[in-house]
Amino acid sequence: MAGPMKMRATLTGGYTDVRVLMSHPMATEQQTKGKPHFIQNLTVKVNGKTVIEGEISQAVSRNPVFSFRLKGGTKGDKIEVSWLDNKGDTNKTETAVA
Amino acid sequence: MIIQRRGLLGALAAVLAAGLLKPIAALAAWNKAAFASKSSGDALKSLGTQGTEASNAIVIDAPQIAENGAVVPIEVTSKIPGTTSIAVLVEKNPYPLVAKFDFMEGALPFVKINAKMGETSDVRVVATAGGKHYTATKEIKVTIGGCGG
Repeated sequence: MAGPMKMRATLTGGYTDVRVLMSHPMATEQQTKGKPHFIQNLTVKVNGKTVIEGEISQAVSRNPVFSFRLKGGTKGDKIEVSWLDNKGDTNKTETAVA
Repeated sequence: MIIQRRGLLGALAAVLAAGLLKPIAALAAWNKAAFASKSSGDALKSLGTQGTEASNAIVIDAPQIAENGAVVPIEVTSKIPGTTSIAVLVEKNPYPLVAKFDFMEGALPFVKINAKMGETSDVRVVATAGGKHYTATKEIKVTIGGCGG
C-alpha cells in the first residue's frame, strides 16, 4: 500500500518551503462501508529533529499533499517526512533543502 | 496445578499482547475521541481546546466556492506569536476534525492541506498559543460533495 512519496524543500526568503505528496487512498468510512483506510500520523524532521507532528483524519483528500514552512534553514538540511496509517502501514521520504 | 497453569498462560498472553501492541501505540498518538466526535464542539472538547477566543490573526486561505468537495485546498497561517498547535475542522462533515498539527521549535505555524467536504460548511481553525486558544472561521461553498463514493 505504501506508494511512492514525493517531496520538495526550497529555501525562499527567510523560510524553507516544504511540499510533500503521499500516495494513499485515504478511504472514508462511507466509501468502504465501515472499513476506512487512512493516514493518521505524520512527522516532519529536520536533521533528525522533529519539528512538526500531525494527526489527520479520513477527511483529508486522496493522495494528500501538504505544505509546511520551516524557520530559516540552509541548503543541504535533511528533511524527512514519515506517515503511519490506521492499518499500521508506514512510509517515509527524505530530501535535502535546495 | 491447573489454576496455576492457567494463570501462567494468562500472564504470558498479556505479555505477548502488550509486546505486540506497544510499537503501534508508541508511534501513534492519535486522538481517537476527538476524531470520532460528530460535532465540532465535542471534537474541541476532546482536544482540550475549549474557551476559544475569536481572532483575526488567523488567516484561512481557501476558495469561497469549491467545485469539487473531494479536494478543497485550505491554507492556514497563524500570526499569533508562539503558536504551538493548529487544528482544522469542517463543521458539517460527519466527523468535523480534519487535522491537527503541533509545531515545535524550527517550524512556522503554517500548513496547507487538501480536505474533503461533504457540503457547504464553515471551516473552523483553532490555534493554540501560550495555553490559550484562538479561533477563526471561513465559509466554503461546495457544489459537489466529496465524502461519499
